[in-house]
Amino acid sequence: MKLSRRDFFGAAGVGAAGVVALGAGGVAAGRAAAADDPAAAGGAGGVVPFHGDHQAGIVTPAQDRLHFVAFDVTTTDRSALVRMLQAWTEAARRMTRGEDAGPIGAVAGDEYAPPDDTGEALGLPPAGLTITIGFGPTLFRTADGVDRFGLADRQPAELVELPAFAGEELRPEISGGDICVQACADDPQVAVHAVRNLARIGQGVVGVCWSQLGFGRTSSTTSDQATPRNLFGFKDGTANLKSDQPQALDRFVWVSGTGTWMDGGSYLVSRRIRMLVEVWDRQNLRDQQDTVGRTKGSGAPIGRTGEFDPVDPATLPATSHVALAHPSSSGTAILRRGYSFVDGSDGLGRLDAGLFFLCYQSDPSTGFVQVQRNLRTDKMNEYVKHTSSGVFACPPGLTGDDDWWGSGLFA
Amino acid sequence: MRTRRTPLVAAGAAALALLAACGGGEDAGSGGGEASDDIAVAASDTSCDVDATELEAGTHEFTVTNSGSSVNEFYVYAEGDRIMGEVENIAPGVARSLLVELPAGQYQTACKPGMTGDGIRTDLTVTGESEQLSDDEALQAAVADYTRYVSSQVTALQEQTQAFVTAVQAGDVAQAQALYPVARTYWERIEPVAESFGDLDPRVDARENDVEPGDTWTGFHVLERDLWVTGDLSQSGPVADQLVADIDELATRVQDLQLQPLDLANGALALLDEIASGKVTGEEERYSHTDLWDFQANLDGSQAAVQSLRPAIAEADPDLATALDQAFAATQAELAQYASGDGFVLYTTLTPEQVQGLSDSLNALAAQVSQVPAVVAG
Repeated sequence: MKLSRRDFFGAAGVGAAGVVALGAGGVAAGRAAAADDPAAAGGAGGVVPFHGDHQAGIVTPAQDRLHFVAFDVTTTDRSALVRMLQAWTEAARRMTRGEDAGPIGAVAGDEYAPPDDTGEALGLPPAGLTITIGFGPTLFRTADGVDRFGLADRQPAELVELPAFAGEELRPEISGGDICVQACADDPQVAVHAVRNLARIGQGVVGVCWSQLGFGRTSSTTSDQATPRNLFGFKDGTANLKSDQPQALDRFVWVSGTGTWMDGGSYLVSRRIRMLVEVWDRQNLRDQQDTVGRTKGSGAPIGRTGEFDPVDPATLPATSHVALAHPSSSGTAILRRGYSFVDGSDGLGRLDAGLFFLCYQSDPSTGFVQVQRNLRTDKMNEYVKHTSSGVFACPPGLTGDDDWWGSGLFA
Repeated sequence: MRTRRTPLVAAGAAALALLAACGGGEDAGSGGGEASDDIAVAASDTSCDVDATELEAGTHEFTVTNSGSSVNEFYVYAEGDRIMGEVENIAPGVARSLLVELPAGQYQTACKPGMTGDGIRTDLTVTGESEQLSDDEALQAAVADYTRYVSSQVTALQEQTQAFVTAVQAGDVAQAQALYPVARTYWERIEPVAESFGDLDPRVDARENDVEPGDTWTGFHVLERDLWVTGDLSQSGPVADQLVADIDELATRVQDLQLQPLDLANGALALLDEIASGKVTGEEERYSHTDLWDFQANLDGSQAAVQSLRPAIAEADPDLATALDQAFAATQAELAQYASGDGFVLYTTLTPEQVQGLSDSLNALAAQVSQVPAVVAG
């Protein structure tokens, strides 16, 4: 008997003892209906289409959970890397539909062979899973300038290591990476399952360099999502770019007109931002609000009443975060898609907590770099430390079942 | 160095020059009252003999003579270690005087050889009329006390920075290394004040990773690197000169300093946050590992600000005043375990458990201090 994840999901409600394989056709029809309805995308249990002009997971309504991973390529064999990317694409295509990572499944194969799915997502819905891939500068040239895969002349001019910023305390062991994968879902186990299976498939070709779990999306990416709060307790992402602003997205997020493999793609910047939450928590409310530039309750700009009232930096404390980060001050915009994290304690009796900041832009130098440079005098710097940094080129979306991650890059 | 949120410069309070009268001044004659006496204080590395145990309310002059081998300090404390007057940076063999106005009450005098710890204490009783301040007067007196404290720290900072820089320019690595944490002590005690002059703090106290690429790195930590990493002072002269000029500029600008009571409360917490974010993690003094000197200085500066507010706090919330006294004492005791000679052990010799102990104590203290602004503003 073939028993797979989609069967478990399709059988939900039958009762634990009576779980049996349903007709695959019926289940597939249910999934397909969800996939065809954009409004359902990202909803609890829904399927987000894997194919499209752009990769899913960028303007997709932000799911609640994140597992982000950076890989280093451990082989110098270009064809092995290509085969792995093809295998990854197939596994990702299946997993985003709520299926097992491999065609056999977690429990249906030869009992003397390791399963082609790790099994922890059996019985779980697709949960709005998106898997988004990006390529780091070191894939094209190592730090020593070595072109391992004949890709050096394919490296976009925009894909360069970020400049140093004042006050950052980056840890090299959790920064950079040749390839990144951003897995987002409304169920943390679904996101972890996706990353774990890609890592499993990639063994011998890639190794995990570092990874980060996130919870509680800290930005809304559509106008009908309520603005969430970050670990400072403030609404975060009120003025974010939204998926229903196509002209702004075309201008600030999507790469276009370059005539390269990156057209339709976007650049991802990742920053692990430790928040000194214990220090923050003893600041008085007024100081906290003056630091952010918004009121803590409604999220309204200081001096205004509504969250979405227009921001006029001239009326805010000059060194408040919003005054400096707002597009009218920084002169640019980025699509933020970050998540909160708590990674245990720091050994000093304090939570190792913060914001895993992710943002997408058409060019990092006019996106994140420009914004961050403008934050030099940000009062919030007192309470945060950037401990990890990454920049990745995320190729455009896949055209169909025959397409694969890197098809344009490796063409 | 961290940029600070609440500017300590605020309009409204009287300027420093007008306030000096209230709590006495380091230099005889600058205070408001004429001293009717001159009380001798014989300070050594192990003793502190004050030639009076009982005084009439009024203005008194103390002349402190240091016969020891360590730099000494002399304080007159009111209840809760509120500083009524102090004289800093008394070098071996030197005598310095202090003019201080003392209303009736119970006080303690203290010498601090090596500038650390609780000091060698003696009780002092002042008799006569006791003044009853209104809430507002108590807050204004707090501002006056703390402003005088800042002024005397800045004076000592100028002197000690000059001594440090002289050693640097003489190429005397050992002497400069010995003077480095001493000079920084006076800086760290009043750091939020310096940070209120936005451009001065980065010039004096930036760490290497605080500097934007392309900008010039200046200040104490450049010299720290030269002293502990390269051991090469041949190129240090211009940075040393600039440091002296910047500290002199600080002294000039402090003369126009106008503080509000709330600035004291916020500044006290800011100093503890400085410890939490930089010193307890060993990030501030990454080459010299003299972080515990800074820890002590931030702690003392925070305590000075809080205790100047103590009469107002005790009136509004007596339990908080007691809790603050206990929490400061606990953190002082926690830190005192690591005192060594005239200073401290290096940060790198602390075990993770010891660092955690310091951090826990600091967090407990900061939780109390964070309640002060609401009391002051209330």
